[in-house]
Amino acid sequence: MNEVLEMQCPVPIREYPQVLMAHGGGGRLMHALVERMFGVAFANPILDRRHDAAVLPASSHRLAFTTDSYVVRPLFFPGGDLGSLAIHGTVNDLVMSGARPQYLSAGFILEEGLPMEVLWRVVLSMRHAAAQSGVMIVTGDTKVVDAGAGDGLFINTTGLGLIEHSLTIDPRSVAVGDAVLISGDVGRHGMAVMAMREGLEFESAIESDSASVAEPVLAMVRAGMELHCLRDLTRGGLTASLNEIAEASSMSIRITEEAVPVRGDVSAACEILGLDVLQVACEGRFVAFVPEAEAERALAILKAHPVSAGAVRIGTVESKDGAEVVAQGVLGRDRVLPMPSGEQLPRIC
Amino acid sequence: MKYVAEYRDPAWARRLSEEVARVVTRPWTLMEVCGGQTHSIVKHGVDAMLPTGIELIHGPGCPVCVTPVGLIDAALHIAAMPGVMFCSFGDMLRVPGTRGDLLSAKAAGAEVRIVYSPLDAVQLASRHPERQVVFFGVGFETTAPATALAVAQAASRGLTNFSLLVSHVRVPPAMEALLSTPGCRVQGFLAAGHVCAVMGTAEYESIAARHRVPIVVTGFEPVDLLRGVLCCVRQLESGRHEVENEYPRAVRDGGNEPAQGWMKEVFRVVSREWRGMGILPGSGLGLAEPYARFDALLRFGIRSEGASPETECSSGLILQGRLRPPECPAFGTRCTPEHPLGATMVSSEGACAAYHRYRRPKGRT
Repeated sequence: MNEVLEMQCPVPIREYPQVLMAHGGGGRLMHALVERMFGVAFANPILDRRHDAAVLPASSHRLAFTTDSYVVRPLFFPGGDLGSLAIHGTVNDLVMSGARPQYLSAGFILEEGLPMEVLWRVVLSMRHAAAQSGVMIVTGDTKVVDAGAGDGLFINTTGLGLIEHSLTIDPRSVAVGDAVLISGDVGRHGMAVMAMREGLEFESAIESDSASVAEPVLAMVRAGMELHCLRDLTRGGLTASLNEIAEASSMSIRITEEAVPVRGDVSAACEILGLDVLQVACEGRFVAFVPEAEAERALAILKAHPVSAGAVRIGTVESKDGAEVVAQGVLGRDRVLPMPSGEQLPRIC
Repeated sequence: MKYVAEYRDPAWARRLSEEVARVVTRPWTLMEVCGGQTHSIVKHGVDAMLPTGIELIHGPGCPVCVTPVGLIDAALHIAAMPGVMFCSFGDMLRVPGTRGDLLSAKAAGAEVRIVYSPLDAVQLASRHPERQVVFFGVGFETTAPATALAVAQAASRGLTNFSLLVSHVRVPPAMEALLSTPGCRVQGFLAAGHVCAVMGTAEYESIAARHRVPIVVTGFEPVDLLRGVLCCVRQLESGRHEVENEYPRAVRDGGNEPAQGWMKEVFRVVSREWRGMGILPGSGLGLAEPYARFDALLRFGIRSEGASPETECSSGLILQGRLRPPECPAFGTRCTPEHPLGATMVSSEGACAAYHRYRRPKGRT
């Protein structure tokens, strides 16, 4: 990591401290940016061929394929940044089908005037996150838009992963009696970004949970665990993910609200702002649906990895009808957790 | 979380609900005034912990909900003006006016910003002298002091590009209006704890005495609410009608005097329209004479239309506790948080939003 952080900023920064339209114009400046920034930071044998398309070895395994675009503001927040997010998010989407993430593409939309040093920091962060997640960035694209036409920097990443198991990890595999596990505390990413964006000052900075969850998931796959379904928690938080699965599987899911881990500072911040922590975004958390008999073993594997050390069981898949998510509250009463209706807005008082 | 978690203790809550059951001998109808209390009741199922015969009806204590359509329309009008930066708390952005809401105005190009404090809007005005920064001052006595402070700060900084669209309302006149309505079923009030934290309890003495209703200052957690109910039921059962404070960890009898001082300095009491309840005398706050230049309606030469248009929304009846959200024919079908007919479905303190969020009937989305 230190070696990476110390990597000297390449030529484009020294000569051009800000992104110019010409950096996307296909000429010398763009070439320099691609060669000396992206090419250096993401170097690997496939990318180094500098073909129009990356040429990848074929495999007899099934493939997982996903894409996502990343537009977070601010670009840097406690616990992460746009670059690490763009890697972790796509890696985690691949991992949710039990795939081993292998290749990513990276598309950059730069706003004219973006400080080159900011881009460099984001690129280094992507390099670090990719190395940690075991993926190669094998192809990419750069476009520059006029000042005012973007929000600094947008990144799209597309990922390919190998499915080296024969399970069907899918909402349709969810069965009555399945244990519902969560890989750690919820709500940190959403609150970290909101606090930063809105200039909210809490006693201590809440750091994002942004991380790759490949290791614990692949460890469960390797252990021969009968995984029924995995789903990462992103926008809409735990509530949205559980509702998606309830709907797609036509099952009802019952959770115990108190069992869902929430850090004290996150819970206090949500309380102040009138936000439902179960709907706040995460970027390094997932739920796992496993047969009751596998629950303890799955938890043991999850807890053995730092990124999912806080894993706990939060509920059970109940009946085939209804397709609802029900939470048992602190007073023991049930309430329905409907699909979130959109962005949560902070309240008046 | 200290001061919150212990007030959600199931054992304590159960003891209180058993105590209510022991004390009660006949049916009573209580109104919790504040929308925050409504949400907590519906979320935690506090109503289901009460013996049969104790009915909680939901009061008008949602400032977003009672803001009249005319004022929302004025907000939309001002926000769409060139050079205006319109600042509001998040709750207000989805509340429908006659044509659209502030979020759709933002999508159409208006500069609409969410702020967390009125002072943030003053900061924005200092930083953007080229813009007219307008703050939508909404809320009960709880938020009025912060708005007052913002106006005073703008005045002392000599800002000429800051103004206030005032929609602050006062709780006691609304309670008075409810009690004076023929057929009012309210026999006791759980008063809004945070309003009382600012204003104290003195204003309620005469209401309790004249209308012979107990008024119990009540907090927001399940245990707080059950304590409020128990206290209220005890009074009713023994024929008393007093003001009592069951939220002493936040409320002193005299309230927060410095906050009251700022309100007196900046505001004066005015009549104001409440959505669904009409114009209630003395129920609002307007800018006092020395600060009138900060009034956004005056600055932009806008008239807030008085009469709210007829819609299918029953929020007027909901806000008076005369209709329960699930009884509204539009609830959960033609009116949802995505397509609200009225503010009670939008606000985080609205009764319809509480029922939709926590008690959605099966088969309705």
